[in-house]
Amino acid sequence: MAMQTTETLTGAQIVVRLLERQGVRTLSGIPGGAILPIYDALSQSTLIHHVLARHEQGAGFIAQGMARATGLPAVCLASSGPGATNLLTAIADAKLDSIPLVAITGQVPKAMIGTDAFQEVDTYGLTIPITKHNFLVNSADDLLEVIPRAFRLAASGRPGPVLVDIPKDVQNQSIEVSEWPQPGVADPMPAPDAELIARAAAMINEAERPMLYLGGGVVHSGASELAVALAEKAGLPTVMTLMALGAMPVDHALSLGMLGMHGARCTNFALDECDLLIAVGARFDDRATGKVAAFCPQAKIIHIDIDPAELGKIKAAHVGIAGDVKAVLKMLSPEVDAQLRKRWLSHVASLKAAHPLRMPGIDDPRTHYGLIRAVADCLDDEATIATDVGQHQMWVAQAYPLRRPRQWLTSGGLGTMGFGLPAAIGAALAEPERTVVCFTGDGSILMNVQEFVTAAEEGVNVKVILMNNASLGLVFQQQTMFYGERIFASKFKGQPDFIKVAEGFGFATVDLDKESDPRAALAAALSSHGPTLIHASIDMREQVLPMVAPGAANKDMIGG
Amino acid sequence: MNAISQAENKALARAVLELDVNNHAGVMSHVVSMFSRRAYNVEGILCMPVGNGSTSRVWLMVNEDGRLEQMVKQLEKLEDVLAVRRHGAEHEVFERLAEFFR
Repeated sequence: MAMQTTETLTGAQIVVRLLERQGVRTLSGIPGGAILPIYDALSQSTLIHHVLARHEQGAGFIAQGMARATGLPAVCLASSGPGATNLLTAIADAKLDSIPLVAITGQVPKAMIGTDAFQEVDTYGLTIPITKHNFLVNSADDLLEVIPRAFRLAASGRPGPVLVDIPKDVQNQSIEVSEWPQPGVADPMPAPDAELIARAAAMINEAERPMLYLGGGVVHSGASELAVALAEKAGLPTVMTLMALGAMPVDHALSLGMLGMHGARCTNFALDECDLLIAVGARFDDRATGKVAAFCPQAKIIHIDIDPAELGKIKAAHVGIAGDVKAVLKMLSPEVDAQLRKRWLSHVASLKAAHPLRMPGIDDPRTHYGLIRAVADCLDDEATIATDVGQHQMWVAQAYPLRRPRQWLTSGGLGTMGFGLPAAIGAALAEPERTVVCFTGDGSILMNVQEFVTAAEEGVNVKVILMNNASLGLVFQQQTMFYGERIFASKFKGQPDFIKVAEGFGFATVDLDKESDPRAALAAALSSHGPTLIHASIDMREQVLPMVAPGAANKDMIGG
Repeated sequence: MNAISQAENKALARAVLELDVNNHAGVMSHVVSMFSRRAYNVEGILCMPVGNGSTSRVWLMVNEDGRLEQMVKQLEKLEDVLAVRRHGAEHEVFERLAEFFR
């Protein structure tokens, strides 16, 4: 701590000063009674830009968008009671996808806690299971320790959300501050175990049919280049989880794209045959593995993860290495033999040729795959691609040529409809030089539709591509496939006029249905600056294929 | 709610966990929510401050279960949990306490 002159400051002013010192320049939230002291202090900050969301969940996902695009902890603010409960979904989403988030909530004054005071809710208790850690702050003094610690915890090891609940009287309490703590940064990780790495290298060198399985941890760790280099050196066909897309360019010769429930047949077949699976920053999620007992049934497993609790959680590893995947890959690669692995790679190539991902209509921009490809044709790898959740998300995951880590922002673990628009706003705020595309559906967009006005107010360069099939498409698809075509509660009888809705919120709009040259209309809309809605109708009966039925083995794919 | 009967419950092997934790409001909530969210019953709980009171020791009696190893790893991740030690059912802490429950 460096000596400085003594100042008398309120808890609220201390919070704002600590955020400034932390390097926070943009945050999102909604004020309310119990957080007004912090907002009052924030109004005096010349460094921090506050983005007023229109629902606290939007604020949470705007912060997530910033964090996902940059990898740095981002901040959202909410008041007590409903403000805090509205944040919960965005916090839980950050927990499941390991996103560093610092959520700051106002709380009723300490003396009123436990009295069922107006807008009192047990925010601390509610957030225990959905945060990495949480705090109920007891005094203004404690803020000097808690705020930097919240950032340190959010960023350290496996990243995640941290919540700081601050009673109003703590925000108003004045104390003398003479020294400021250092900003919270990620703790250094212990060096990985060299002996385990040597064993892993030997297993890779001896394997005949190894595969590399990359998860979101590769992106979080900044290890994409190292992972690609390892794959190239050792001749490893590579699959990615939904969270890892972009870690290896999808058109790389060794890439087999996304594995699992909606992976290509060749991808799941290759995994079924491999004799060694090298899992890097992946957690064997059920959407990736299908029936676990039938996942890579012939394979030995090397599992590398920053979180020791992931090792052996779902599948026992023959070698489990706890550590930052970047540090592990740095040590592992030199010990791995360069191999051409012609036999296995030519076999994988033949699987690819025989069972490719089928994307009918890819050349027709009026189809779902064709629209996605047409959007990609208008953009380069600098664009950021966000999605909502549903069929459109899976189609984009399959068809968009993702080539850059952090290019891809999607709600993987929690699968939160409503994620896309606010996350895209956050990404655009964090990296205003990029075009941020948000693929969404007519179901998802309505779940945080109010953030259209936030996007318009901020003038962010967000392009919302609304794939409208007038249904909750994945529900419709599952009812069609697994529930005897008893379509219930998944077809919308009434729909808003999305063009008018977006115009009403201040968006420019394009209805591709009415454009005689959809490619030209797309190119114009995507090259303009500012928030734009691009609407396109999609046939309700289109399905995401192939599909592994929930609970089935990945090799038993339907369709595609 | 635990779906197994009283008799079945008694037949299960027990394990005793010993945790060193920070002593402040909410720590016990963090610890027990790890179990409750997995519908994993905690059979016995004992907690007292140690030393100057800045930390506490928590004793948990739980059923041996395939999930126990994962539970221990998850507990070790909690910010306020400083150490976790695993003992067999023969550990005397709950045995000696039992006379208060007769």
